Amino acid sequence: MFPPRSILGRHHPIPPVSSERKEPKSKYTADRGIPGAFEGETVTRRRLMTGTVHGLGALAAGAFALPALGFALGPVFKRQKFQWQSIGNVADFNQTDYTPRVITIVSGIGEAGKSTTYVRLRNPSIDTEPEDQYNRVIAISTRCNHLGCPVRFTEAAGKFICPCHGGVYDFRGVREGGPPVRPLDRFYTRIENGQVQVGPRYSVNSNLKRFSPRDPGEPVDGIGQYLYPSRFSTPQK
Amino acid sequence: MPRLKFPAPPIPPAFQPKPKRPGTGNGKVKPADQAAEAGIHVVDWIDERTSLSGGLRWLMFRKVPRGTNWFYTLGSATLFAFLSQAVTGVFLAMFYDPSATHAYESVRYITNEAFLGQFVRGMHRWGSTVMVILVFLHMARTFFFGAYKYPRELNWVIGVVLLILTMTMAFTGYLLPFDQRSYWATIVGVNINGTGPLIGPYLSDFLRAGPEFGALTLSRFYSIHMLLVPGLIAALIGAHLYLVAKLGTTAPPWIEAEEDPAAELHKAEV
Ligand code: HEM
Ligand code: FES
Repeated sequence: MFPPRSILGRHHPIPPVSSERKEPKSKYTADRGIPGAFEGETVTRRRLMTGTVHGLGALAAGAFALPALGFALGPVFKRQKFQWQSIGNVADFNQTDYTPRVITIVSGIGEAGKSTTYVRLRNPSIDTEPEDQYNRVIAISTRCNHLGCPVRFTEAAGKFICPCHGGVYDFRGVREGGPPVRPLDRFYTRIENGQVQVGPRYSVNSNLKRFSPRDPGEPVDGIGQYLYPSRFSTPQK
Repeated sequence: MPRLKFPAPPIPPAFQPKPKRPGTGNGKVKPADQAAEAGIHVVDWIDERTSLSGGLRWLMFRKVPRGTNWFYTLGSATLFAFLSQAVTGVFLAMFYDPSATHAYESVRYITNEAFLGQFVRGMHRWGSTVMVILVFLHMARTFFFGAYKYPRELNWVIGVVLLILTMTMAFTGYLLPFDQRSYWATIVGVNINGTGPLIGPYLSDFLRAGPEFGALTLSRFYSIHMLLVPGLIAALIGAHLYLVAKLGTTAPPWIEAEEDPAAELHKAEV
């Protein structure tokens, strides 16, 4: 426990090495030449006081640092709500062409929280993925799966095209060219009393198999689904 | 008599106090002399209670190696770019509103209506680019002059952290005007962070404060940009400059080392 010489400074005498090595060390800090020693202070008392002060300091620092850290990290662990919003009648959409609809992704922040989705009815001749209650209407997200720019459906070509780095997706939203790493995301949909409703986002792999929503740039084919795991924020029914 | 004593050798003669010539002033104290005396008195008062003058002398009156040239000013230039960002930033914060619905409007107000707003915002906006360029030039100077070598490795490491923090400032500040460009650039930037395997997805959730760009993203970026990172940068610049003063600066690589006269003497003795 004797501090290294370098921090003692040269003004503190280094205790003389006694000739009889077996002699037990004194229990007083003064005898051992420990800096700041005072009359009657023992080594154990010094240790107790040092330990207590360090412990209290750590406690006080933890008292503000830990809540602050939790506060900053909190949103990562917050599960999102599973919500539905209506986007019109079934009759407004068809099987062969996309109809754009503006939906609210995040409420309360105005335009910044809105996004476009391209909607059409399921067409069994091209939509080969198994049908269930959530894909009788197909709602494609416009968030490019390269790095998140907004893609646009170009009717003349029948493709989704990204303005940022030239990503191209076919009519079903499957990547055809450019840097995107997976097909365009989709939204859960359902039909309630003739009304089409859009739910949360989900991601798909190149066979259009569903995955929990991933951010752009994160492949879900093969090893990708493990390298980019599902997040705590994934909405749950 | 002032107690403050300047060191004799390194002070240029022009700055050294001159004794009064006998016969001048004919005993009358002029107001200018009184004012000078009062100033010295104040400085002395502070120095007697803090001993700051020793530290200042240590910091300012340093010997610099032969061959020191204009490239050695790039570090100080970066420092002044940072100070300019800090000062203009504080004043921009008086008008800026970090909410998704008002941010753009408040920046528009600064640019078009506030007195000198466009100027101060322009200083901050162009100054950010200037600072990034200067950091790189300064880094290139220390690299090509070999100034990163023993015993200055730690200063290089601190410099790398300063570089990363400077880039963080540029990234977080870019979002604040909240126009189309800053919005999409930030989306792309956060998604690039997300492509890091395993922790990437959680990192982007942390940056956005949620799975989507939301109400908290802008305020989070704002607080990182104006409180967290500037504080860290200021502290690290302090450490960086402490090491510069402590270790001294390096001579340019083309300056030959001089024979140490003490070593010569030693050789002769042996
Ligand atoms: C906020 C950014 C920075 C500021 C304000 C800053 C400031 C300074 C100043 C004023 C000096 C004195 C000597 C000179 O100007 O050349 C210096 C020296 C030095 N800086 Fe920086 N610096 C910054 C970033 C960096 C970076 C990014 C690096 C490299 C990764 C770096 C590495 C060094 C080294 C190695 C020295 C010692 C140079 C020598 O001894 O000759 N600094 N810095
Ligand atoms: S963001 Fe769409 S191609 Fe890069």
